Amino acid sequence: MIRTPLRPLARILDAREKGENPDAIERENKRIRHEQMRDKARMRAEGRLLVLGVCFLCAFTVIGGRMGLLAMSEPSEPRGHAPGAVISASRADITDRNGNLLATNFETHALYAQPRHLIDPEVAAKKLVKIFPDLKEERLIKDFTGKRKFLWIKKKISPEQMQAVHDIGDPGLLFAPRDMRLYPNGSLAAHVLGGASYGKEGVHAAEVIGVAGAEKYFDDYLRDPANGAKPLELSLDLTVQAASERVLYGGMKLMNAKGATSILMDVHTGEVISVASLPDFDPNNRPRPLTQGDASDSPLFNRSVQGVYELGSTFKIFAAAQAVELGLFNADTIIDTSGPMKVGGFRIGEFRNKNYGKLSVADIIVHSSNRGTGRMALEIGIERQQEFLKSLGFFEPTPFEIVEASGGKPLLPSRWTELSSVTISYGHGLSSTPMHLAAGYAAIANGGRVVKPTLLKQSGPQLGPRVMSEETAAQARMMLRKVVTDGTASFAEVPGYQIAGKTGTADKPKPTGGYYEDKVINTFASIFPIDNPKYVLIVTLDEPVETSGPKPRRTAGWTAVPVAAEMVRRIAPLLGLRPAVEPVNDAVLTLTSSN
Amino acid sequence: MRTVMYILTTIAVVGLAFWAYRENYATQQALSDADRLHANIRATHARLAVLRAEWAFQNRPDRLRDLADLNFDRLGLLPLHPGQFGQVDQVAYPQPPSELLPITDPVDVSTMNYDALTGADESEEDFE
Repeated sequence: MIRTPLRPLARILDAREKGENPDAIERENKRIRHEQMRDKARMRAEGRLLVLGVCFLCAFTVIGGRMGLLAMSEPSEPRGHAPGAVISASRADITDRNGNLLATNFETHALYAQPRHLIDPEVAAKKLVKIFPDLKEERLIKDFTGKRKFLWIKKKISPEQMQAVHDIGDPGLLFAPRDMRLYPNGSLAAHVLGGASYGKEGVHAAEVIGVAGAEKYFDDYLRDPANGAKPLELSLDLTVQAASERVLYGGMKLMNAKGATSILMDVHTGEVISVASLPDFDPNNRPRPLTQGDASDSPLFNRSVQGVYELGSTFKIFAAAQAVELGLFNADTIIDTSGPMKVGGFRIGEFRNKNYGKLSVADIIVHSSNRGTGRMALEIGIERQQEFLKSLGFFEPTPFEIVEASGGKPLLPSRWTELSSVTISYGHGLSSTPMHLAAGYAAIANGGRVVKPTLLKQSGPQLGPRVMSEETAAQARMMLRKVVTDGTASFAEVPGYQIAGKTGTADKPKPTGGYYEDKVINTFASIFPIDNPKYVLIVTLDEPVETSGPKPRRTAGWTAVPVAAEMVRRIAPLLGLRPAVEPVNDAVLTLTSSN
Repeated sequence: MRTVMYILTTIAVVGLAFWAYRENYATQQALSDADRLHANIRATHARLAVLRAEWAFQNRPDRLRDLADLNFDRLGLLPLHPGQFGQVDQVAYPQPPSELLPITDPVDVSTMNYDALTGADESEEDFE
C-alpha cells in the first residue's frame, strides 16, 4: 500500500510561498488518515459481527429444528444399542424364600371398539353378547350407533375369547395388549400380596399398580424397570404357608370362630415364615372394600396386622420377665395372690373368681393369676413398665412391610394410671396386633434381643438392642414351658417338639363400651422348640366356642391351643426340625446354691 | 503430474463412496437383524413367563393336595409327619459286597514284566 505522506513536499513548499502554515496541511492529512483508519476498523468489526450473527443464526436454526423434529416425531428406541437380556420392562415378580412364584405377569388383551369403523354394529353386538354373557346387548347397540368414537368393552379377555372376537371379523373391534398381574396360588398369602389393578390406561399399554399389601408397599421397587429380572424375595415359605392356612382353616371351623390368624416368625432374623388371616380372598379377583358396617367383617381385613385386640393373659410373661430382669423377683419368689385387691377403686378379680393363695412367680404364669401379675406390675412401676413395653415395640405400628401394617397402631390408655398398669400387666387396657405379640415373644425366645418382624428374606440374624438378659429370657421360657406341662396349655404338648407358650382369653369390647359376655378373642403365643428356640407361633381365634362338652368352652386352652399344637405338628417337619427328646432341664438345679 | 493427481483423487472419491454405500447397507442389515433377534428374545421371554406362571399354577399347593387325595390308592401320599424322621442307622444301606470266593486252586503269577506292562498301558492311554 502506498502511504500518503503527511507533509507532501510540493504542498508544503507551495504553502510556504503563500505564507500559510504548513502545519495545517499536516493536520488535515492526519485527519484524513485517521478517518480512513476508523472506517476500516468499523468495516472489519461490522464484518465480524455479521459472521458471528450468521453463525448464531445457523446454530439456533439447527437446535430449533431438532427440537421441533423431536417434538413432532414418534419416540423410538435407539436401535443401535438396545438393552440385552432385560427387555421386558414389566412389573417384577414376587417369589417366596425358595423362589416359588407368588405373583407374576401374564400377557393378555383388552377389547375396545371404534364404532365408526364397525361394519354391522347390531350383529357385532349380538355376537359379543354371546361371547361375553355379562354384557348387555341394548347397551352395546346404543354405544355402537351413538356418537362415541371409542369405548372399552372388556379389560381382560382370555385367548379363547380373543379368538372368538377375531371370528366375528368386524374391523371396528380391536385389541390392546395388557399385562395382567397373576397370583398362581389363588388365595394363598392373599393378605400379604394384596393385589394389583390398572393405573393409567392407553391403547398400547397400561400401568399395573399395587393396591394393597406388599404389592403396594414395594410398588416403586416392583415398577422400576431396572428390577424387571430381579424378583422380590419374601421371607414366606410357600409350603409352610399352605399348611398353616389349611390347619388354621380347619381349626377355625372346628372352633366355630368367625375369624382366625396365625403368625410364624423366625426369632433370630425376624423373618415371618407364614402369616395367615382368615377369612381370606383371591387377589386375582379382589373384592370391593365394605362401605358400611365393621371393617373386620370384610375378607380384606388382615387380622394379623390390622386386628388391634386386647390380647389378654399372653401379656403376663412380659410383666414377669421385667420383674425378674429388674431383680425384684425370681421365678421362685412367693407372692400372695389372694383377694381382695383394689387398685384405683377397681377390684381386680381372677378368672371365675378363683383364689390361688400364695404362688411362686412361675406358678402365677402357670395358673394365669391376674392379681399376681398385678402385684408385680405395681412393684415395677408405671414408667419402667412403659419403657419396657415401648422397647418391645408395643407403642408403634409394626414395621412389617405391607401397607396395612402402618394402620395397626396399638391403642394405649390416654392416662397411664396405676390401674392401667395393673390391667395392662394381664393384657387388658392395651390393644395391639398379633404381629406385635410375635415380636415381643421373639425377644424372649432369642435370649433378650429385640427383632423387627420383616417380610423380606434376610441373610442372617438381625438382632436389635438388648431388652433383657439371657438369664431372664431363659427363666421366662422356663415359666412358659411350665404353662404347657402343668398349666392352661396342656393341649400344646406335641411329642418331640417342646412347645412353651401362654394362653390368653380376652373378652371382646362392645363398640358401645363394656365387654361382651360370650364373645372372646383367644390367643396362644408359643415358642418352639424350647431347648433351642427357633420359631414363635401366634394363633388367634376371633369368637371361638368349643362345643364338645356339656357347656360351651371359650378359653384359649380349649380353642387356640389345640389349633396351635396341630399347626406345630404339621409345619415343624416342613421346617426341617427333627423331633427331639426333651433334655432334662438342669437350669433349675444350677440356680440353687450348695452352701 | 496434476492430471495423475486428479485421476487418483477421483478414483479415491468413487472408492470411498462405494465403501460408504456398502457400509450403510451393512449397518441397516445389522440393525434389522438385531431388531429381529430382540423381538425373538422378547417373544421367548414372554413364553418363558407364561410357562413359569403355568408351572406355578399347576403346582399350587391346593391342586397338589387334591391330586394327592385323588390318587391316594396308588400313591398313598400323606402330609409330612414328625414320626417320619429317622436315624441314619435306620437306613437300609445295601449290604457290603460279599467276600471273594475262596481260592481253591492257586496259580503262580510272575511280576517280572509288571513295569513293562503298566508302561505299555500308560503309553496307550496317552495315545488315546
